[in-house]
Amino acid sequence: MKKDLNWRVILIIIVLGFAVWSALPLKDKISLGLDLQGGMHLILEVETDKAVENAAFRMLDNIKNDLRKERVRYTTLRKDENNTIIIEPREEKDSPKIEKIIENYPLQKTAVSGEGKQGYAFGSAHTKRIKENAVDQALETIRNRIDQFGVNEPTLQRQGKDRILIQLPGIDDPERAIKLIGQTALLEFKLVNDEYGLDKALRGNVPTGHEVLYQKRVDKVTGSVKQVPYLLKKRALLTGEYLTNAEVRIDSQQFNEPYVLIVFDKTGSRLFKKITRESVGKKLAIILDNSVYSAPVIQEEIPDGRAQISGMFSMDEAHDLSIVLRAGSLPAPVKILENRTVGPSLGRDSIDKGLNSMILGGILVIIFMFIYYRFSGSIANLALFLNIVLIAGAMGYFRATLTLPGIAGIILTIGMAVDANVLIFERIREEMRLGKTVRASVDGGFSKAFLTILDANVTTLIASVFLFQFGTGPVKGFAVTLIIGILASMFTAVFVSRVVFNFALSRVQVKKLSI
Amino acid sequence: MQIIKPGVNINFIDKRKFFQTLSVAIILLGVVFYFIRGGFNFGIDFAGGTLVQLRFEKDTSIEAVREGLKDISLGDSVIQHFGSDREILIRVERSESGLEGMQTRIKETLKKHPEIGKFEVERTEMVGPQVGKDLRKKALLAITYALLGIIVYIAWRFQLKYGIAAIIALVHDVLVTLTAFTVTNREINLPIIAALLAIIGYSLNDTIVVFDRIRENLKARRKEAYEVTINTSINETLSRTLLTSITTLLVVLSLFVLGGEVIHNFSFALLVGVIVGTYSSIFIASPVLVIWQSKSKRKSLL
Repeated sequence: MKKDLNWRVILIIIVLGFAVWSALPLKDKISLGLDLQGGMHLILEVETDKAVENAAFRMLDNIKNDLRKERVRYTTLRKDENNTIIIEPREEKDSPKIEKIIENYPLQKTAVSGEGKQGYAFGSAHTKRIKENAVDQALETIRNRIDQFGVNEPTLQRQGKDRILIQLPGIDDPERAIKLIGQTALLEFKLVNDEYGLDKALRGNVPTGHEVLYQKRVDKVTGSVKQVPYLLKKRALLTGEYLTNAEVRIDSQQFNEPYVLIVFDKTGSRLFKKITRESVGKKLAIILDNSVYSAPVIQEEIPDGRAQISGMFSMDEAHDLSIVLRAGSLPAPVKILENRTVGPSLGRDSIDKGLNSMILGGILVIIFMFIYYRFSGSIANLALFLNIVLIAGAMGYFRATLTLPGIAGIILTIGMAVDANVLIFERIREEMRLGKTVRASVDGGFSKAFLTILDANVTTLIASVFLFQFGTGPVKGFAVTLIIGILASMFTAVFVSRVVFNFALSRVQVKKLSI
Repeated sequence: MQIIKPGVNINFIDKRKFFQTLSVAIILLGVVFYFIRGGFNFGIDFAGGTLVQLRFEKDTSIEAVREGLKDISLGDSVIQHFGSDREILIRVERSESGLEGMQTRIKETLKKHPEIGKFEVERTEMVGPQVGKDLRKKALLAITYALLGIIVYIAWRFQLKYGIAAIIALVHDVLVTLTAFTVTNREINLPIIAALLAIIGYSLNDTIVVFDRIRENLKARRKEAYEVTINTSINETLSRTLLTSITTLLVVLSLFVLGGEVIHNFSFALLVGVIVGTYSSIFIASPVLVIWQSKSKRKSLL
């Protein structure tokens, strides 16, 4: 008997020691959920259809070039709403040439209505790949932006087909973060057309190959916002793709305003040099996500591949713009599906309230168990205390995140952990009423109650596991603490309290058990 | 100390009709309120929408905030106090002007009205309608799968009949808790689903204790009428059913009182659920076994 007790005691000491070691220091081992420490939780959807559309547009451009090179003349070359590229050669004999060009592209022939027209579309495998790439690339780009912005321990995860989960603890300016993450940041350089006449274009007669985009101008004195229109050539001469760097500079000559200096790579510099050389005297618009930032007149050829984007930013705006330009543009726009932000004060408040209810609940249970079961109740209380140590240990070991519902889960566990002891104690009382000795009653109580406790806990576990599967964020935290709590209570309420009973009974000859 | 004296013998089985009628009546009340309210009061987790929680420096009236926001079309919206008169919760379900920038618009607009008072944004939430729909589906699936898992486990450990009786009691618990929500017009959000699943798990604990005793007693007292055995079993386990509920109620009550506004509905669900779960273990689960049994033989419950 004595020997038997020894290995049990050793096991308990090992388990508890391991739990304490895993849990300490609490601050480092257990991280707080966004609902407790404050922060931002976002779910974005990458508009992958847009990425496919962009790919189709790019392909259309390339095919146009190829057709020109091969001197194939056509009456139709366009893309329909299903991203099918439709080509109609002027002369029937050119059809084989077109087919030959198409061979270089991941396109499959599809039927289109209209005589002489040939339709080509992406195969489903290729479409899927474009979408996959778009999401991966968006994730990578956003990760870059967040890293450069500087957030402590951000979480970025792909979710399902086209969603991205982002968690940013301790963000103090949520709107700025959203802007940084959510903007496509497509930088384009387009020539301004000043000859055609802006008025005519604004009346609806936009010439082919042109578009009207606007610049937002804020009047410094009155603060009123004005939208200034520009008639631009639709084709972008240069894009942010060729950037190597972007940084904030202060304009020391005028008003000390910040601007963003961008530096192109080799190809970009060459293109930029060519553009500026060919268009001296014209205006070159710098466009971000379809709004004009500035449209300076090209004074002379710019050979060094450097340009500046100015346009009345605040320091923060300039800083964020340089980040998104460095990190690159998103392959497709993103849409915010879910956004939950908790301020630090509410989080602090929730921790306090959660802890207070935990302490009150714990004290009430401890008092109740002591009053009802006296000495035995104290053993249950000891088991309860150890249970909490084990929960902390398990959470530390698995690096689990504690949320407000998670605290509620621990509180619920406090109430439920002693239930196992109640079942055992009631059984022991029953056995004693049958006139059995203390030792026999204790043995009988524990062994008879065991299966009941097991069954009851397994079913609760089943419900918790499904909850874990279903839940997100805070709710998952509830499932986690509940699952850990139930498992820990099986050890403390059944195993540990049994050892304590046996130990006590082996020391003293007890005639009457305080229960 | 003993609350329930040993040897207590209350005839639960005889009164089962009364309690079954009572339960059905409560659930019907829930159905009536469901239709009066035009469905569940889903929070933004399930309905989609935007929520902004503000803490003002001083007590602030709902009217002042509403007045300040009248320039932006809030659409389907609720403005209410949240826990104290300093805290204001603005919930917008749908709006023509879109949800994505709604939080910023609310904040900016209120800043332009310094007469309302200084405030701090404590919490903002935005859930798109698609996400809400997805979550609703997932929640329903989680509850269904949990119930199925439990039927299978109990059918394996006991018998299918016990499993089905347990599930009837659990569905009863969920429905009564939902009734409490529709009657008090409380919002149903993600954490409420967590609470319902916890209730399912918890209510089952008590039920299993009784079932275990029924099985044990049926084996030991073969000559007794099964109603008597089942009734005896409920009585014998009555003290532990109540005691385990008391300990759990103590903690849930402290959560309800001190846990704060953010999880108030969650703790309310737990509170109702623990009480209903205890009630159903005594008055619903085991008596259902009796109904079953009156049509077949005693042996089949062993």
